[in-house]
Amino acid sequence: MNLTLDVWRQRHAGDQGRIVRYQAGGISPDMSFLEMLDVVNEGLILGGDEPIAFDHDCREGICGMCGFMINGIAHGPERATTVCQLHMRHFRDGDSLTIEPWRAGAFPVVRDLIVDRSAFDRIIAAGGFISASTGSAPEANNIAVPKQDADSAMDAAACIGCGACVAACPNASAMLFTAAKVVHLGVLPQGQPERKGRVKAMVETMDGLGFGHCTNIGECAAVCPKEIGMDTIAFLNRDLARSAVLTGNGRA
Amino acid sequence: MREDRAVTAATRSPPASGPAAPVLLPGTSVARKQLVAITGVVGVLYVLVHMLGNLHAFQGPRQLNHYGEYLRTIGEPLLPRSMLLWIARIVLLTAVTIHIGLTAQLALRSRAARPVRYVHPGVVQASYASRTMRWGGLALLGFIVFHLMDLSWGVHPHFVRGDVYHNAVTGFRRWPVTAVYLAAMAALGLHLYHGTWSVFQTLGVNRPRWDRAIHRGALTLALIVGLGFSTVPVAVLVHLVK
Ligand code: HEM
Ligand code: FES
Repeated sequence: MNLTLDVWRQRHAGDQGRIVRYQAGGISPDMSFLEMLDVVNEGLILGGDEPIAFDHDCREGICGMCGFMINGIAHGPERATTVCQLHMRHFRDGDSLTIEPWRAGAFPVVRDLIVDRSAFDRIIAAGGFISASTGSAPEANNIAVPKQDADSAMDAAACIGCGACVAACPNASAMLFTAAKVVHLGVLPQGQPERKGRVKAMVETMDGLGFGHCTNIGECAAVCPKEIGMDTIAFLNRDLARSAVLTGNGRA
Repeated sequence: MREDRAVTAATRSPPASGPAAPVLLPGTSVARKQLVAITGVVGVLYVLVHMLGNLHAFQGPRQLNHYGEYLRTIGEPLLPRSMLLWIARIVLLTAVTIHIGLTAQLALRSRAARPVRYVHPGVVQASYASRTMRWGGLALLGFIVFHLMDLSWGVHPHFVRGDVYHNAVTGFRRWPVTAVYLAAMAALGLHLYHGTWSVFQTLGVNRPRWDRAIHRGALTLALIVGLGFSTVPVAVLVHLVK
């Protein structure tokens, strides 16, 4: 396959940045998108140029490190797929692709396609945890968890924090990410003692970091590689409203 | 207690970007959006009642004008004349002001949240209605002013105070006026389609098993209100109501 790539190149955070055109030749349809970029980078290195910088780690869709926009769609055209798991067979020979980093004020570009997502870590640090005393692991069946709740928690916990939701949102909102964490902990018995404080602290921090608000457009859920749904956002909204109305720090 | 732990967690792995002051609960985007939703519900209930009231036009001049007069006399003699009407007007004006003030503020925050735009923008599934809430809302604001000037304040070539029927018929007889009303009702229908579903989501009432029903309900409501309002100007234009 031969492709024309318009790639965002930016040397460092303070650099202006610009789109640069590359021709990718001899690409196998069995390659992943990142392997295709590896081939382009080998060519760039042989020619004495700087390779295109992009984040990646597991390359099996579970770590959340990879991700960029392909023709305006976060993680590219395949649903429920990270770019590391996106294969070139989903493109056609001769395609023209524009590749850009996630765009959000809270995700500054570090270099080329790499953005700094530590804003997500700060949302987690604000409340995305359970303050349980550590020590020896408790007996697994001490706390009974209804199957339905366990399933909801597991679905929400599938979030890998890749940032595609923020990138796809016209408001650069982090609601889907934050909501996934709020649901993940909020439906489990262990999450109840801190439930009200958690949602408040996480939303307050999310807004303070400069993410936009949710207009329920649904682009986030549509591009989420883990298919986190809009229902998590309704859950967050419900928990926040209750935390404002009810007193105490307990079950919302 | 929880705050202490949050601080240690944050200091253990220092973030790359500088510290950000959290936005306090009443100022959060979620709390503000919930106010937008509540004031939106006030608007939805109002347009529904208003649309049903307008249908009196099909009963003829006496009934429509009588309905207009009736609205001023509700509560008499317990309440002074027009008291309830004025209360409704104040509630509506307050609701619209909050609705627009907060959405403008949220929209500005969201714009600032993406300082660098995409070279290649894309949309995966978002509906036309959901993507035009801001421009559509502004169009509605323009229409509300036009509509008040036209049929309430009497900036109208054949205006007769108190003769609602006459004012409507002589107005809608001119096709450009009817065209403005129909365009506005299309905008209202779109705003209501996304807005009504969005309210359930924003207030946290929505559940996965109700989602489809709420979507259908929102579509039905938008069609009923949009088409319901449109019947009167169209009926006048084609001389069904004269
Ligand atoms: C008068 C001019 C109006 C403007 C400028 C306006 C603007 C907006 C905007 C920008 C939004 C989106 C808010 C967001 O998602 O961040 C919105 C939502 C909404 N609007 Fe309006 N609007 C107007 C009038 C109305 C009217 C007349 C109604 C009712 C008939 C209404 C009902 C709603 C509802 C129900 C929502 C959804 C709230 C939510 O997402 O939860 N609006 N409006
Ligand atoms: S590299 Fe780990 S998810 Fe793509």
